[in-house]
Amino acid sequence: MDIVVRGPEPTDSERLAVDAVLGPPVSAWAGGVRDLGREGRISLLGGSEARSQRHLLLPALHAVQDRFGWLPPGALAHISRRLTIPPAEVHGVASFYQLFQLKPGARSQVHVCEDIACRHRGGLALERELRERHPGSEAVDIHGSPCLGVCEQAPAALVLRHGEKPGGGAIGGATARAVESAIESGSYPDAGLDWLKWAVPQSLHPEADLALLARVGRCDPASLEDYRRSGGYLGLAKALALGSEATIAEVVASGIVGRGGAAFPTGRKWDAVAKAADPERLVVCNADESEPGTFKDRVVMEGDPFALVEGMTIAGLAVGARKGYLYIRGEYPLAVRRMEGAIKAARAAGLLGDAISGSGVSFDIEIRRGAGAYICGEETALFNSIEGQRGEPRSKPPFPVQNGLFGKPTVINNVETLVNIPLVMREGGAAIAAMGTTGSKGRKLFCVSGNVARPGVYEFPFGITLAELIGKAGGVPDGRPVQAVLLGGAAGAFVGPAQLQVPLTFEGTRAIGATLGSGVVMVFDDTVDLGDTLQRIAAFFRDESCGQCVPCRVGTSRQEELVGRIRAGKPLGSLAEESALLDDLAQVMRDASICGLGHTASSALQSAVRLWGPGILNGAKLVDNHG
Amino acid sequence: MAEPFREPPMWFHAPPRPTRVPMPPAEASRPAVDLVVDGKAVSVPAGATLLDACAKLGLDIPTICQHPNMTPVNVCRVCVVELEGARTLVPSCSRVAESGMKVSTNSDRVRASRRMVLELLASSVDLSTAPDIQRRCAEYGARPERHGSPEPASPEGERDQRVPGHHHLPEPGIARRVAQPVKIDNDLYVRDYSKCVLCYKCVQACGDEAQNTFAISVAGRGFDARISTENAVPLTDSACVYCGNCIGVCPTGALMFKSEHDMRQAGTWDESAQKQTDTICGYCGVGCTLTLHVQDNTIVKVTSPADREITHGNLCIKGRFGYQSVQNKA
Repeated sequence: MDIVVRGPEPTDSERLAVDAVLGPPVSAWAGGVRDLGREGRISLLGGSEARSQRHLLLPALHAVQDRFGWLPPGALAHISRRLTIPPAEVHGVASFYQLFQLKPGARSQVHVCEDIACRHRGGLALERELRERHPGSEAVDIHGSPCLGVCEQAPAALVLRHGEKPGGGAIGGATARAVESAIESGSYPDAGLDWLKWAVPQSLHPEADLALLARVGRCDPASLEDYRRSGGYLGLAKALALGSEATIAEVVASGIVGRGGAAFPTGRKWDAVAKAADPERLVVCNADESEPGTFKDRVVMEGDPFALVEGMTIAGLAVGARKGYLYIRGEYPLAVRRMEGAIKAARAAGLLGDAISGSGVSFDIEIRRGAGAYICGEETALFNSIEGQRGEPRSKPPFPVQNGLFGKPTVINNVETLVNIPLVMREGGAAIAAMGTTGSKGRKLFCVSGNVARPGVYEFPFGITLAELIGKAGGVPDGRPVQAVLLGGAAGAFVGPAQLQVPLTFEGTRAIGATLGSGVVMVFDDTVDLGDTLQRIAAFFRDESCGQCVPCRVGTSRQEELVGRIRAGKPLGSLAEESALLDDLAQVMRDASICGLGHTASSALQSAVRLWGPGILNGAKLVDNHG
Repeated sequence: MAEPFREPPMWFHAPPRPTRVPMPPAEASRPAVDLVVDGKAVSVPAGATLLDACAKLGLDIPTICQHPNMTPVNVCRVCVVELEGARTLVPSCSRVAESGMKVSTNSDRVRASRRMVLELLASSVDLSTAPDIQRRCAEYGARPERHGSPEPASPEGERDQRVPGHHHLPEPGIARRVAQPVKIDNDLYVRDYSKCVLCYKCVQACGDEAQNTFAISVAGRGFDARISTENAVPLTDSACVYCGNCIGVCPTGALMFKSEHDMRQAGTWDESAQKQTDTICGYCGVGCTLTLHVQDNTIVKVTSPADREITHGNLCIKGRFGYQSVQNKA
């Protein structure tokens, strides 16, 4: 491919930062120094190699961002040459992600969560205060951020520092003081076990029945020994003994379905890939957890990283894949470090790589970091993101099991789904299937946040009701009443106080027109302005739409404007007309968008308007239609 | 003494002379797929799309981002149809027909989605040079004014600088638009992104579906997504080779010949007074068909028909823009 790169020449340090990821360039063609003796007059060295490495675009951009705090044009030009990607396309990819900056920034980047769980709990005030304390600072940039996945410790902030030794970490219960001290010291409160104990309140109660969260906050996440002592890698041993077919049979028998939100039967997905004609198959773990209110995957990766490694390994050997990709959202630096550590330790112990545990099976895992894009949690957008394209969803069919990452048959599962797998193997599919309800098998992690005494990740066998779960989380503080509960996150649905007896199962939530989604249970007491929450949800989808298809690109924008003008008391025409327009927008996004983001961008709003009428947008007093 | 002449060794055999003109290999016949569209049975070859099936029945399906010579990107969503058993509507331009499918192309649900798609486009994009889309808006009863009064144009270059994840809510009653000043950075063509519906056609034409130049890409995200060169540099600093193939595929006139743009500005552009004449480009031996658009005995633009096998509608800078030599009247 003959590309034209006209950007400025890279500086030596820019060159080094890129080459640290990509290795030294083979020839002048691929961005190196010209050596006539070796290359000859027409260099053919490195061309096809460079072209086959487009999937390294995101890692290369990360390396530059981490080193300089932005993406200097010289570095981008160097990446273009090194990977033979046209500069316009590099720009297209770089400008897609929120964590990549195309303008120079300060030494520390502070992202303050202004999303639905944090904004009512001091997030907005914190952002305001930080901006006042650091106006036009050269040391600190303050950004408002979508959900950072630390909802149990609202308000949350994320600090990212660039330089030769880049670093970063999350701050929970954040105050301006705590953020500043993290910036000064370079150490973050997420380092110790206390952080995890806080995230999993049940870990403090030895009698709690925990399986998925059994180790979180109790075992050292860096220790493979601890993991093995607590039953780790028994699942893999069993899977190796059983072989591929019997392993898949166990997963089918367990009745486990995807925990990312779509609830597709995991066993069927694996079976389809195992039977694919193409012998080269891939496993992808979707750890791009960005649904507002969801933080379970982060807690699992931070607290029990080996379980995910084991789950992915079992998936790999069951479907005959030799390679797995773990795509972690860019806002989770600690989870990335913990997973890197676990993968390294597993490799050293012969549990990853060639001939796992002395068997003839090979499997290895590569980590990819996202860079701030909710849409990349959509499975096909995630594939495009890994491949170095813009994170735009693909049209389905074909489905990932036929044509996934790099066009190969691909199993893509959520973190929680995969950590269930070692358990399924250890206890047997039948034992898991015996747990839960007829339509929802096994155990489920719930992300409880908002106005409850003890927010956090809770684990229960399917069947617990919403009211029971809120009770387990200590109920609403100060004896205040529940105004509303958001199930499933921004793409989910609101339920009112009259619906608290709903069982938190797939079939139970479906029966009342809600969804379990990724397990978000966000509680709002009567002090919260739900209209403001709805406005934020509309703004979230306006921000996170990839912009590919018309219904979602313009529809999310129009939806936000509509909510805004009703809240401002300036509807166009009557409230009934505006309500009809909201319905029209919801219908076109649901029916005609390409992917799940557009399909669900109106669902929370619609559920609120259905429950409380369009006046809810305007902060009108609530009248529960169902009570 | 010189060696006597010898026959060359017999490793070389000249190929026999062709007895007929070489032709491309015959396309393997594809098995037929039978489906039902709007209650009528139709049979199409395997691999055909639902749009092909509709075309075979003579159904009029609106399209915007679909182009006969390009891979479907199915982003405009105006060609959606209802497929029995599918949860959502499906884009007919890219959905491959399968045996037994039952498709409705004109149900209330389909019409509602098409109307909304057209309404959303009309409320955010200047469609003044896209008469086909305007006609569809009228046909489906789109009412873009429902979404508020149009936002004023953003300052030059402002949209190119927008970053993902941050935006401002406009004043109540204002509908955001992509309106912005026209980009005029060369003498051959202009880019008026106020008229861009983001159909990806120009990116495909500049990329590996025609020109392989890769001067432009989609940048940004969401409502701020836009067609851009690297860092939004002017075309003259980009990889652009001015083939103009992006103009050839633009469905809305966002990309326009400078000659046409200037005449429209001056109010002298009159398509009804134009005559189109096909000829063959004389610059090289390829034999591209040129369609000369002539107004007042002056060539005002040059295109190429999309269905000619030599060009597929594509030209190079010489064929498309090198016509001044024929009308130097001095």
